[in-house]
Amino acid sequence: MNKMDKTVAAAADWQRNYDKMIGNDKVIKNRSGIEVQPLYWPQDDADGSYTEKLGFPGSDPMTRGIYPTMHRGRTWSQRQLIGLGRPADFNARIKSILKSGASALSMIPCNSVYRGIDCDEVEPEILGTCGTILNTVEDMDISLKDIPIDEISIGLNDPNPFTMLAQMLIVAENRGIPWDMITGTSNQSDYISHFVANHMFYRLSLPGAHRVQMDTITYLAEHVPNWNALSIVGQHMQQAGATPAQAMGLTLSTAIQYAHDCKARGMDPDKFLERFTFFFDISISFFEEVAKFRAGRRIWNNLVTERFGVTNPRAKRFKFHAQTSGFDLTRQQPLNNIARVTAQAMAGIFGGLQSMHTDGYDEVLSTPSEDSAKIAISTQNILKHEAHLCDVIDPLGGSYYVEALTDAMEEEILKVIGQIDDQGGMYKAVENGFVQEMIGASALEYQKQIDNNEQTIVGVNAYQEEEDASARPVLKRPPQANMEAQVERLKQIKAARDSAVLAHGLQGLRTAAQSDNINVFGAQLDAARAGATLGEIVTVLREELGFGQPLVVA
Amino acid sequence: MTDVITTPARVLVTKIGLDGHDRGSRIIAAYLRDAGMEVIYTNPWQKIEAVVALALEEDVDVIGISSLATDHLLVPKLMAALIAADLGHIRVVVGGIVPDEDEADLLSAGVSEVFHPGAVRYDIVSSVEKLAAEATNARPLD
Repeated sequence: MNKMDKTVAAAADWQRNYDKMIGNDKVIKNRSGIEVQPLYWPQDDADGSYTEKLGFPGSDPMTRGIYPTMHRGRTWSQRQLIGLGRPADFNARIKSILKSGASALSMIPCNSVYRGIDCDEVEPEILGTCGTILNTVEDMDISLKDIPIDEISIGLNDPNPFTMLAQMLIVAENRGIPWDMITGTSNQSDYISHFVANHMFYRLSLPGAHRVQMDTITYLAEHVPNWNALSIVGQHMQQAGATPAQAMGLTLSTAIQYAHDCKARGMDPDKFLERFTFFFDISISFFEEVAKFRAGRRIWNNLVTERFGVTNPRAKRFKFHAQTSGFDLTRQQPLNNIARVTAQAMAGIFGGLQSMHTDGYDEVLSTPSEDSAKIAISTQNILKHEAHLCDVIDPLGGSYYVEALTDAMEEEILKVIGQIDDQGGMYKAVENGFVQEMIGASALEYQKQIDNNEQTIVGVNAYQEEEDASARPVLKRPPQANMEAQVERLKQIKAARDSAVLAHGLQGLRTAAQSDNINVFGAQLDAARAGATLGEIVTVLREELGFGQPLVVA
Repeated sequence: MTDVITTPARVLVTKIGLDGHDRGSRIIAAYLRDAGMEVIYTNPWQKIEAVVALALEEDVDVIGISSLATDHLLVPKLMAALIAADLGHIRVVVGGIVPDEDEADLLSAGVSEVFHPGAVRYDIVSSVEKLAAEATNARPLD
């Protein structure tokens, strides 16, 4: 078969897969009446480079997308991050957001939850100002009241040791919902990323987090088969200053690390890699971001084949969620941020994402308001329905610029992966501070470009205007009385528990952490069933497995 | 009359409360070091008592609090704790995501200046230099 015949055969293959997956395809005509095909590809591939480097969506090397249909078949999940105040406040907010078009649920806890501290031990001023307080199974139950958790995909911003997931699984249990009906992702499950950037989440030491991570992955693979236990996060690194190529390279190196760890537990890459998902930042550097995602998809596809011998196509899919970059937003002329988020979102869509969060324009002023969150969702709907960005798969594929940039980004990303390989893998490169230094240097470098006006930021170092502060949205914080009531409720719940049952549950968790062969996540579920709170569970694990501290100070 | 600083200004750059986003505090620390100041930099999540103890031990002129996620709401408590520890001469600046409504509260609690996203390097450095000189002058005599 000559090279052109190969392309023709691959195209026919793709068409078959596309037809099978799409069912009844819609006829899409543009405003001039031209019928728009789902995919375009070169009609002349004499040197075979098209099939080798780009191929067809859903087939190796998946540069153009991980499914034959991509956004023409199913657009992305609109996964807005939401969290505010008490569980009941969250519940009301999530219902309103679901009504306005969000198709998946994402849950942000209060920073005190991220830090592993119950609300009765936190300074009241900062309680519930950034997310929902989730200390107990009851808190989770109230947060998810009337939400069909067996029908909707749920993203939990739930760092290791996964207390929110444990609470949610028990809520499902209490509602009679079998765990195999639960779908979604443990976002913020990538403990390595927490030691690299943003120092927000980790509650356990690096080796302690590793232990809990592996136990949880093993447990979920057996008991909650449709849950994505691992979301590997490039977003923190890029927000902390990594360049887009660095962020992609470091994320892939992290995924390589976890894949080795899973293999070391005797798991099969063709199986466990099906459940790996990724989470990235989308900066406003439009074409660079599109190329970053396309290159990342291709590298991952090649890499799992070469390094892990994967043959299952589902295990090669580079599934990712992405969030528009808050770092790019400006306090000056804040409504301009709506335009910035639009450009960022477009880059993510053209990059072929599976799930997206668009930032509220006021994120840089305060915790985003409800109105700005609605505009952020509308932005996605406008791009989808009015701008017709989803009619054609990988619409920028074939652009001389985008293809050359995809190749160049691939080269840069591979360089970073090589550097991390030389350090002995991502775990070691983080333990010894190599990655932190790399990101810190890039953050400073970019800041210098802004300081020197080499990079124009509208309203900041150019096009400045007198600011009208009254145009800014008014901040709504949860009333202090609500927080006090929440603290009071926790005290009541704690007092009402059977202390013998609780002690037994916590002792079981301690014993599991001390032993090498009792699954910590299973023991954590038992402790939560016995009434243990977030803070109590994290405290036991910290005592046994070590407290997480940043590994590099400045 | 410009104050003449004979020894480098000593600045504690830190984060209190629960959040750990440190891109901002690292950049500020680098700015101030580049300008010749002595920067004492800490992990995030500091307790107020720990910040006061460190400020005393390191004999700082200025404390810079970086806040992204509402931790600035604790700064009035820090101001009170500094005065209680007889460190009222130390100047405190706050940088990060600080809503307008809160800025007024911080200033009336005694914070010298609040820097928002997009603040210019020169302004930050010169303000900290000026405040360090003020602190030196306001320092109680031994």
